[in-house]
Amino acid sequence: MNLRKLTGAAVAAALALPMFVSGANAYELVIPSMDYRTGPFAPNGIVFANGWSDYLTLLNERDGGINGVKIKNVTCETGYNTKKGVECYEKIKGTPPSGALLVQPLSTGITYQLIPKASVDEVPIFSMGYGRTSAANGKVFPWVFNLPATYWSQATGLVQYIADQEGGLDALKGKKIYLVYHNSAYGKEPIRTLEAMADKFGYEFRGLPVDSPGQEQKATWLQIRKEKPDWVLLWGWGVMNQVAIKEAASIRYPMDHFIGVWWSGSENDVLPAGDAADGYLSGAFHAPGGGFPLHDDIRKHVYDKGLGKGDRDRIGEVLYNRGMVGAMWATEAVRKAMEIHGTTEVTGKHVRDGFEALDVDEARLEELGLGGFTYPVKITCENHEGSGKVAVQQWDAKAKQWNIVSKFYEPLRDVTGPLIEADSAAYAAENNVTPRDC
Amino acid sequence: MAFDIFLLEVILSGLMTGVMYALVALGFVLIFKASGIFNFAQGVMALFAALALYDFLAEDGWFFAVFGFTLPVWLAIPATIVVMIVLAWVIERTVLRFLVKQNEIILFMATIGLAFVLEGLGDLLFGSDVKPLDIGIPQGASDWLLDSFNLYIEQLEIFAAGTAAVLVAILAIFFQRTRIGRALRAVADDHQAALSVGVSLDKIWVIVWSVSGIVALVAGIMWGSKSGVQFSLSLIALKALPVLILGGFTSVPGAIVGGLIIGVGEKLAEVYIGPIVGGAIENWFAYMLALVFLLFRPQGLFGERIIERV
Repeated sequence: MNLRKLTGAAVAAALALPMFVSGANAYELVIPSMDYRTGPFAPNGIVFANGWSDYLTLLNERDGGINGVKIKNVTCETGYNTKKGVECYEKIKGTPPSGALLVQPLSTGITYQLIPKASVDEVPIFSMGYGRTSAANGKVFPWVFNLPATYWSQATGLVQYIADQEGGLDALKGKKIYLVYHNSAYGKEPIRTLEAMADKFGYEFRGLPVDSPGQEQKATWLQIRKEKPDWVLLWGWGVMNQVAIKEAASIRYPMDHFIGVWWSGSENDVLPAGDAADGYLSGAFHAPGGGFPLHDDIRKHVYDKGLGKGDRDRIGEVLYNRGMVGAMWATEAVRKAMEIHGTTEVTGKHVRDGFEALDVDEARLEELGLGGFTYPVKITCENHEGSGKVAVQQWDAKAKQWNIVSKFYEPLRDVTGPLIEADSAAYAAENNVTPRDC
Repeated sequence: MAFDIFLLEVILSGLMTGVMYALVALGFVLIFKASGIFNFAQGVMALFAALALYDFLAEDGWFFAVFGFTLPVWLAIPATIVVMIVLAWVIERTVLRFLVKQNEIILFMATIGLAFVLEGLGDLLFGSDVKPLDIGIPQGASDWLLDSFNLYIEQLEIFAAGTAAVLVAILAIFFQRTRIGRALRAVADDHQAALSVGVSLDKIWVIVWSVSGIVALVAGIMWGSKSGVQFSLSLIALKALPVLILGGFTSVPGAIVGGLIIGVGEKLAEVYIGPIVGGAIENWFAYMLALVFLLFRPQGLFGERIIERV
């Protein structure tokens, strides 16, 4: 946050103070933000956090909260550091009056650390499109929700996209698909799926790890230049993405054969490469752009009142939209919890039930001002992932915008299903977890 | 692609990357040489310089907000140099002058604090967004080398190598041929003795931190052009450490040669050993290489010999 925004935030806080004082005794819904607005990953963390917080502010300003109960958005700075993230969790989990109704760590590393704690503390973990993939198995992980899609589903979606370009799944035989990945729990997550599909479809797979933060990747791209893979997947974050896209352009790797995970496909990643990034692809589970009715509401009820967390002209960026849609699903789970339990004074335990019965269909998306923005999500006791669909978006460097260029691919459940079963069973055995009956 | 061409590419890319590391290491050497301080804030100074330069050039910065226009590159660079000189003066006035007679470890700790303050100040003043820096340095592969010889070398890194050569020549002349340079070396040898012959320590420290700030600006421009100006840029200081251990903390040529050895070593290791052990070894390999040198030559390749008399 720079000094101008800090001044604006101070003025807004001073104006809002009487409201908080007068409502001090009312029940509030504690929905925290585990942000990273500082450190090497801040450029991405800030935009996401702005989308998340702005949506919560919108509900407070426009609707008076959720069913008339105000949302208390508590923030904690993790710096995308697992140790600090766990400290943040311990600090915010008991925030009165409701306690944290959920946590959304925005880090696979932090998520892994919090999984054993969540069931003890009765705080649902919402790892939206990241974290431990096998947590999709609700029988073993009743407190973790990784909707709307997991990394393994995404890997199968991206391989299906590649197959479509090559002429079908059979045409993958003999092709080389390489993965350039962040050398961390996050980056390693899709490897198992990509290896399983390599066995099934006959393509050659190789992973090339890059140490964090990824400022220097020359050796990686020299190997790609030498071995000329047909397709390169990128599982990066922060500066690693920008450097990878620039290096790929430098060795003249075709951008339309270079696909990033959905965390490697924001404006931040492509703009530093300029025209060279034209045609670069990435996964997506929602639309880019700021032209949806919900965006208009945020401008009107949040930014026009000076309550926006970021710059008005960055509303609609990919990571802003991701934070915004995440907050939407989280608050819909809170709303569902109220409906199920017949109370507005819900707790983390109630919200877990709300997540498990979450059903945001087309009609509800329309009501929320998000018709056509993303696909419907329906969670069950057994399936905490939802439909797991992924599309591919492409960067148009001239227009400086992302465009969805594929259909939404259903995950290959015959690939991911056994892997999820095996991994969650191993977790259950290691941690003495008895799977629930669903 | 023939194997020998690939090997040549790896070596050349390593050399070029090594120059980029050396640009950061040079800033450390200058301050250590002249004052015996290991400046932990050198990486953040490179970041701060790049942020300031971007601010003079961009329409979303303070400069444009206040004056309503941006500066051309040829004016923005001198303006940033002025910012770095003012920063050096402020550091001397608010930190260094109070620690003159303190142990070196105290001065080192002070620079750790300085790094955090500068990083926070940079965040407050300029924001944390990625800032694309384009001052006209050619980028991407050299088309001529690629098309004529199928040889891939980054134009930015060739430019950085040329810049480093000029920088080293200027610094060599500055240290060897000028009165201020000699005074800097006198202070480095013995603060008290230098003071006793009339060398102004305050002035010398402002000068050396200013020069180091200018070197940080050069490093910030090169790294900022490569990946955009962003806060991860401060972490390039970690890449300079093995270079310093290898080249010696007090030698300008050592920083360059150390950078080249580390650059080539880590690239060869990543490409040829990495696949055998799972990859991502270049970071720790650089430190391992430096530690091996440390065992046999604790002062580094070009450092001043450590003589302890008992």
